[in-house]
Amino acid sequence: MISFESVTKTYPGPRRSAADVVAVHDTSFNVDTGTITVLAGSSGCGKTTLLRMVNRMVAPTSGRVQINGDDIAHMNPVQLRRKIGYVMQHAGLLPHKTVAENIAVVPRLNGATRAEAKRSVDRMLEMVELSADMADRYPAELSGGQAQRVGVARALADEPRILLMDEPFGAVDPLVRTGLQQQLIDIQHELGTTMLFVTHDMSEALRLGHEIILLAKQGRIMQQDSPTRLVEQPANAFVENFLGLNAAEKALRTRTTADGRTMVVDAHGRPAGFLEQA
Amino acid sequence: MNVIQETINWLVSPQTWSADGHDMIARSLEHLQYSAIAVAFAAVLAIPAGWFMGHTRRFSGVIVGITGAARALPTLGLVTLFGLLLGIGLVPPMIALVILAIPSILASTYSGISAIDTSVLDAARAQGFTTRQLIARVHLPLGLAMIVGGLRSAFIQVMSTAILAAYVGAGGLGRFIFLGINTQHTAMLLGASVWIMVLVIVVDVLFGTIQRFATPAGVRRLNATTSAQSSAG
Ligand SMILES: Nc1ncnc2c1ncn2[C@@H]1O[C@H](COP(=O)(O)OP(=O)(O)O)[C@@H](O)[C@H]1O
Ligand SMILES: [Mg+2]
Repeated sequence: MISFESVTKTYPGPRRSAADVVAVHDTSFNVDTGTITVLAGSSGCGKTTLLRMVNRMVAPTSGRVQINGDDIAHMNPVQLRRKIGYVMQHAGLLPHKTVAENIAVVPRLNGATRAEAKRSVDRMLEMVELSADMADRYPAELSGGQAQRVGVARALADEPRILLMDEPFGAVDPLVRTGLQQQLIDIQHELGTTMLFVTHDMSEALRLGHEIILLAKQGRIMQQDSPTRLVEQPANAFVENFLGLNAAEKALRTRTTADGRTMVVDAHGRPAGFLEQA
Repeated sequence: MNVIQETINWLVSPQTWSADGHDMIARSLEHLQYSAIAVAFAAVLAIPAGWFMGHTRRFSGVIVGITGAARALPTLGLVTLFGLLLGIGLVPPMIALVILAIPSILASTYSGISAIDTSVLDAARAQGFTTRQLIARVHLPLGLAMIVGGLRSAFIQVMSTAILAAYVGAGGLGRFIFLGINTQHTAMLLGASVWIMVLVIVVDVLFGTIQRFATPAGVRRLNATTSAQSSAG
């Protein structure tokens, strides 16, 4: 379990005279082992700051983060990072290394032999459904979706127990995104990795999260719940608004088609899908 | 005989090259050696400084200031000044040459390091690279071509200016320039100038080759795709 205990992060203001920026204020929550927890909220609410506290890329100004009861502030940051996978929006692959070399980075840092690293690479390529001949390509020769797959493969290559993801699919087109999301669900199911996933996209949060934490400014938790409960029992107007399910332009209606099926249409009468009994 | 013919004759004459004559071979090696030493000293100072500024992405104003000031510096004046302060010999022109070489190395190191995509650096650190590994495995391979580019222009600049070493009594190819001027030996003056230009071109080509090899394959492809995209767009 990862526990955030009253963490606060302030950054010095942009100019010397400006007030400090409070990115996160006194936030506490737990992330259960072996689940996907989604941190959702609008841009600037402190999601990235919270996420990066886990691998000590950000040090809390006050409060602490514990992993299985151990305060990470007492751990060696380099060793800690090598045990935690991290995927970000722009894959951040080393441009001068091939796909295989990029995926092998963490296993190699952790002392794997070339042969062992090669086995990890092959397994990871298969897991993210990239063909083996991708291994010798350079990042410049990949599409955005492929680069993100490599980013996920790289983060998982040494089988970390924890995976941090910061809007990893934000820059890929919707069709590819859906595929990547499904893949991530499958991988999590297979490996049982504890995942902390950041997104500003509520549909992505609902799709991936076992648990969703909806944040307002300065990392204030508006509701922490399962997707079902979040939708069925929004805690307040903020949550309702963010879900946007009641907004007029989001309202869905049904229509019976010529062949007798029930079609769901949006506010503008455009088809959104067919209704089936769950 | 016209001047060009005389110059060619001087350049091909065994007397020009032999050890008991003008010994241009030894003077050329000396010239290259002075230049290499000056550039090496400048590199030792400017590469770490440029790396630091590029890594922290601060002090870019300093770079602009230094390169601007350096362009305005009268090198002959510097050599004379250091000559007056420190006396005749190799040290005064060496100091001037080092000062001359610093700005281009500093500026290119700074650009090479600061041009590296921040998300690449961030990802590397988040994966558990130590600072040393970051320098060796990210900064160096990605910045090297630019740094070599800076060494290249520094070396060329220093080679042309190292002529002034002879002005304060040190060796190098400048000796023939000053001797040629003082004795009104036009063929020697021109011949030595042509020879220096040949050496400069050879060094430039050499560094250009190194620079190409210093660009990692993945980055060459990156450049190819971005330039293809920008020309298409
Ligand atoms: N390094 C930094 N320096 C100063 N302010 C920062 C820094 N990082 C984040 N912030 C500020 O902290 C707030 C939260 O940022 P962030 O955690 O990146 O939000 P999110 O990921 O939810 O968009 C924002 O107001 C942002 O401007
Ligand atoms: Mg963010």
